[in-house]
Amino acid sequence: MTSTVRRAVPLLLLCGLAWLVVEPLAIVAVEAVRRDGVWTLDAVRAFAVERNEWRAAWNSLWLAVASVVLGTLLGVPLALVTRLADFPGRRIVAAMLALPAVLPPLVGVVAFLFLYGESGVFARAIMSATGSETPPWRFEGAGAVLLIHATTMYVYPYLLVRATLATFDTALLEAATALGAGRWRAMRSIVVPMLRPAIGNGALLIALTSLASFSAPYVFGGGFRVLPTQVISTRLNGDVNVAMVETLVLVALALVALTMASRLGGTGVRGVGRGIAPSPRVERHGWRRTITGVAIAGLTVWLLLPHLALLTVSFVPSGAWTTTALPSAWTSGNYIALIAEPARWRPFGTSLWMAGLAASAAAVIALSVALAARDARSRTSRWLEAAIALPWAVPGTAYAIALATMFSVSQPFAGRFILIGTLWLLPLAYLVRGLPIVGRSMITAVRTLDPALDEAATSLGAGAWRRFATVTLPLLVPALAGAVALAFVTGLGDFMTSVILYTYDTRPVSLEILGAIRQGDLGVAAAYGVVITLISSVAFGLAERGRRSA
Amino acid sequence: MSGVRLDQVAKRFGATAVVHDVSLNVADGELVALLGPSGSGKTTLLRLVAGFEQADHGRIFLDGDDVTTRPALERRCGMVFQHYALFPHMDVAGNVGYGLASERLDRSGVLARVREVLELVDLAGYERRPVTALSGGQQQRVALARALAPRPRVLLLDEPLSNLDPSLRERTRRELRDLVRRIGITTVLVTHEQEEAFELADRIAVLHRGRLEQVGTPQALYASPATPFVAGFVGRTSRLVGRVIDRTPDALVVEASGMRWYATGDATLTGEVTLLVRPEGAALTPDTGAAGRVLRRRFGGAVEYLAVALDSGDELEVVVAPGAAHDGAHVMIRPTGVGAFAFAVEP
Repeated sequence: MTSTVRRAVPLLLLCGLAWLVVEPLAIVAVEAVRRDGVWTLDAVRAFAVERNEWRAAWNSLWLAVASVVLGTLLGVPLALVTRLADFPGRRIVAAMLALPAVLPPLVGVVAFLFLYGESGVFARAIMSATGSETPPWRFEGAGAVLLIHATTMYVYPYLLVRATLATFDTALLEAATALGAGRWRAMRSIVVPMLRPAIGNGALLIALTSLASFSAPYVFGGGFRVLPTQVISTRLNGDVNVAMVETLVLVALALVALTMASRLGGTGVRGVGRGIAPSPRVERHGWRRTITGVAIAGLTVWLLLPHLALLTVSFVPSGAWTTTALPSAWTSGNYIALIAEPARWRPFGTSLWMAGLAASAAAVIALSVALAARDARSRTSRWLEAAIALPWAVPGTAYAIALATMFSVSQPFAGRFILIGTLWLLPLAYLVRGLPIVGRSMITAVRTLDPALDEAATSLGAGAWRRFATVTLPLLVPALAGAVALAFVTGLGDFMTSVILYTYDTRPVSLEILGAIRQGDLGVAAAYGVVITLISSVAFGLAERGRRSA
Repeated sequence: MSGVRLDQVAKRFGATAVVHDVSLNVADGELVALLGPSGSGKTTLLRLVAGFEQADHGRIFLDGDDVTTRPALERRCGMVFQHYALFPHMDVAGNVGYGLASERLDRSGVLARVREVLELVDLAGYERRPVTALSGGQQQRVALARALAPRPRVLLLDEPLSNLDPSLRERTRRELRDLVRRIGITTVLVTHEQEEAFELADRIAVLHRGRLEQVGTPQALYASPATPFVAGFVGRTSRLVGRVIDRTPDALVVEASGMRWYATGDATLTGEVTLLVRPEGAALTPDTGAAGRVLRRRFGGAVEYLAVALDSGDELEVVVAPGAAHDGAHVMIRPTGVGAFAFAVEP
């Protein structure tokens, strides 16, 4: 490769990314202050004077803060206990607690519906116990959304803290003990500072997920509006420019969260020695061990109940479970329906090809970007890194709106084409959402490759293509497969982008789930959910294997 | 014909000059060690020869060919990397045969050559082993076999023994020396350990801050170091400040710490000089000499090294028979007439 080509490729990639991830947002920013070719602040004014808009923004904000607080309070202790304490069934409990990470948001929300909803398991149990005809509660509003957030998003700090503890050097704790620090002082002065980055990153993930959260407020919000749902309803009302302003406010909140987290989290403390996983401290007293075990098991069951409800409902004939606490009839018909009825399996096929295409494209782009951004010190590399990570911070709803806007006119010179209403917009949106997942993972993988391997191949006479095909690519495949699997799953379970961009021909499985619920086919909806969860679990397993071997 | 010739080669990284106008000839079949502390530019010099770095100016010749602007993959240098850089996803045969792709050999030809070099490094029968399952010493030998398989023009070794534990290192060093001698391949070795350089190299090139300080046989470097750095880095020395008081046809007479030393050095030196003295440059004496006290003793097997604090305030290391003096003993010291080098005082 000549040096001109070598310089040109990163710049070309940067232009491509700017088109795909930056221009849509820029167009939203412009359209917010431009109507029918005239610059105007009408939409901003309309947003500013409307009480409901402020309420939605405020709701998004406090919901994010409350989700962070509750999710962290749940996730961090669970990580500490499952890593550092010993109790019966520790490993199984630890694995089960990671389950919400596998659940696509809409499926998780549906699971809650089956458990806590007006006709959910709990409500039915109370109705059958009291003989009442009306459900004892309505599971909706801010409380319901917050409950769903806390009990699904705790996985972020949980997984990150566990990962940090896995490489934690126990010699540090031993050194502290040898210097006279008791258990609590060692915890406070050694463990907590080391965990700060993991907790900070976990909090950031919760904040971004909560700000972007669409499924839970959409299904359970009732009158409780947050920005992502507000954007949709404003757009449906025809106030396109106001929807743009709302989108911008949403993006701004996400960027504020990102900035705050990077300030608070800092670069963190890194161990200088080898990481040795702490062996679980054995509780000597039998009763203590039992109490810990029982408490954790109880908590785990509570956190996993929605999944159990989903699984149960998927085996119940539709309409056969209305008044009793437990179902009176069982069937595998819901699963058979998924396979036997073309109208049922077609959305699956649609979701599979769209998610597959998006994940494959993301793989090619991310791999090229990662190779071009190999040198972490170069400015182009930093720009490439930032551009490919941008969709990670921006809520999916905002991107959906942005892409819908960008690809609703034909201006080839501005890179704008009419894609809205075609097959291609939704896969493109999945691609944008998948890019940061594959991109960040590939950039790390490429940078941790030993450059001497490439040099060794060069010294043995291998040209650029042979080096790539025989050395670089095979070594990246595990990490690539894992990241692509994650991107695929994100597309497969996507709801918030799909609900805005789908067409008749690209009706994905998430909309089919919602449709089935609205038609009362709860069993079929649950069966969809279970199948998606299983596919996701396999993909996560692959991703985990890729991460380990990388 | 010269195997490797460097002509005024220089390399900068940003504002830092890492290699300053180095010229060096490595004869056909000769093994030259680039010796220097970390940051001396020795690895950069090796990478310049391999083609992984491009020289800012100067020329590099391999077998008489000017390869200065030639890319690495056309230079036919066999390289053994410090951490071996074995391809972890290939087995031993995959690694060793990797460089044979351009040789137009069929499958059996490749396997035959692989077997041949594996026999050379005593790893016959290891073809199908994954490289990750090998011990450090075996990995080192696979790396060597891989570098040798395509019959390179020169062999470049970047600290090839630094990853081995001390006992294994010594054995591997001997095996490496025998192998390289047997093949007779021109070899450049980078090391920061003088013992390694002494045992392996025909000649040693001492590098310091990117400059070539001296090139010579180990004996020549030890007996007549060209610079204070070489005197201190190759072998041990004590540093004294002295004054030239006289000269003989083959030595300067220097007075330092109240003693008269016959030192080798530039005949034009006058006035104040730096005097570097090897442990064998001074001895204990029952007669008159400079008085001092034993500060510490260092065990050296058949001999013992004494650090002596002279009454003049200087410290001198002296080699003696074991048990010649105890800690804190008052001793008399005299020069032996060898192992003393005078240099101009560094500004």
